[in-house]
Amino acid sequence: MTLPIITLSNIQFSYDGRDHKILDGLSLEITPGSVTAILGPNGAGKTTLLHLILGLLAPSEGTVLLAQRPRTRYARRDLGKLVGLVSQDEYIPFNFTVLEYVLLGRAPHLQLLQTPGAEDTAIAQEALAQIGLQDLQNRSIRSLSGGERQLVMVARALTQQPRILLLDEPTAHLDLSNKGRVLGLMRQLTTAGVTVVFTTHEPELAASVAEFVVLMRHGETLAAGLAADVLTSAALSNTYGVAVEVIQVNGRSVILPPVAVERIGS
Amino acid sequence: MKTYRPFLLLSASLLVILALSVLLGRYPTPTLMSWDLLRSDPMARRVVLYLRLPRILTACLLGMALSAAGMVMQMIFRNPLVEPGFLGVSHGAAFGAAFSIIFLGASGIWMQVLAAFFACLGLGLSYFVAKRIRYGGWTLRLVLAGIAVSALFSSTNGLLKYIADPLSQLPEITFWLLGGLSGTTWEKALLILPVVLSALALMLLMRWRLNLLALDDETVFSLGTAPARERTVLLIAAVIATASVVSVAGVVGWIGLIVPHMARRLLGSDAKRALPGAVLIGGIFAVLCDDIGRTAFAGEIPLGILTSLLGALLFLSMMVSRDQELKR
Repeated sequence: MTLPIITLSNIQFSYDGRDHKILDGLSLEITPGSVTAILGPNGAGKTTLLHLILGLLAPSEGTVLLAQRPRTRYARRDLGKLVGLVSQDEYIPFNFTVLEYVLLGRAPHLQLLQTPGAEDTAIAQEALAQIGLQDLQNRSIRSLSGGERQLVMVARALTQQPRILLLDEPTAHLDLSNKGRVLGLMRQLTTAGVTVVFTTHEPELAASVAEFVVLMRHGETLAAGLAADVLTSAALSNTYGVAVEVIQVNGRSVILPPVAVERIGS
Repeated sequence: MKTYRPFLLLSASLLVILALSVLLGRYPTPTLMSWDLLRSDPMARRVVLYLRLPRILTACLLGMALSAAGMVMQMIFRNPLVEPGFLGVSHGAAFGAAFSIIFLGASGIWMQVLAAFFACLGLGLSYFVAKRIRYGGWTLRLVLAGIAVSALFSSTNGLLKYIADPLSQLPEITFWLLGGLSGTTWEKALLILPVVLSALALMLLMRWRLNLLALDDETVFSLGTAPARERTVLLIAAVIATASVVSVAGVVGWIGLIVPHMARRLLGSDAKRALPGAVLIGGIFAVLCDDIGRTAFAGEIPLGILTSLLGALLFLSMMVSRDQELKR
């Protein structure tokens, strides 16, 4: 049995000591080299969960273990080498070139006063190539489309060479072809031993790429486990509070949103 | 080699401008002094040694410090529209200086310490108020808060002027508020030299980290960085550099806003290149403005007036030609 790389035990969290709990007694184990999707309606606590794993937020109760070690025992830089994050709608106020921006991913591997060298540049270029954007390296960030920018952010996190990659709605701004690119990349990363955890509003994405799925609502885990076991009509309907239908087509789960279900039903 | 070319060019321009500035002035006539005159006239040598050299050195330090501080503040506050003068730093420093003139007899060290203290207070207040304002985005809120805090210090400066002795203290305070280098001595220049150079060295050494600190908090954190600690260190360096130059030259505005923009246009947004570029351009810009101010007319134009005039004009022209910005 492989030991989990992320272990959350009985996590409780509320902002600024408020009574309203964003996460209430959440427990979760994530296997190394896997893809885990976190699904749930708006305000379920998905992003908060990612921030707790990252260490940006501290739970009011419970523990977070990363590679079997309490998260609080890691030095900040070591944490940067272990966990990478691509957040939603990152705003970049200055017009860096793509390569300049992607190179920032090398920060945890550099000393305080060190600047990136040739080796770091090579790693950044490799990350861009991995995501198919090597031709854009000298373009300015502002001249990119929303989808390209999102991919560049993923390349920045890859440059960090983390063992755990957290992606907060990584496909939100992407068209179908770029979505496919990111999903393919997630699979590719797991073969290199990287653990991917991503949040999404699209259950079908979870069905197509994730081995494990966590369903959340109001800070509680409604279901967690193998994608095939968790992504059921009953569980999804319960999570979103609307009728969701899951049907099997050629051995793959197809998730029908409420409108489609109503039409089929009528 | 190609990547170093702009820096070589800027460094060479700065050296040439510094050399020419030493010879430029109104003695004996408002043109360049000849080399022969400098060798033969003891008065000319004294003018150069005791008046022009410390003044040019201070102008250069002032331009470099304000430009570097401006770029650091723009990147740390993630706001290309701020500069020390807009964040209560310069006016806070001027208040500290005016306060020390009236109540502490204007000794050099005290003036620097108080200027630095009130500069920090001005920045802290601006930041605190911006966090509390419930209107607009971060860029707008910070600019609004900076304007309000600067106005607060400006009005208290007005009060200090009102109670100042009109013969001994008032002229000195007025000089401060207009910003100028006419009273610069070697003593003043050497007093700020080590402080400004140390602060500049720290900012330059951490220049690549500035790019990192310009990203949003969660991304900076995920990159293994302690954003609050690093931002504080850099801001202290920026405020101390600003307060030092303000303590000898008064409020000199716009350099910290306009020069970082020029540097980004020329060298790109990466602070690894843009910050050293801004330091060199800042030196050139301030020395040139001071050259014009002390040579153009028989009566001197205060440096602060010239930098505001040129800075505002350049800023306006950059604002309307936005297409250039998108090239890089």
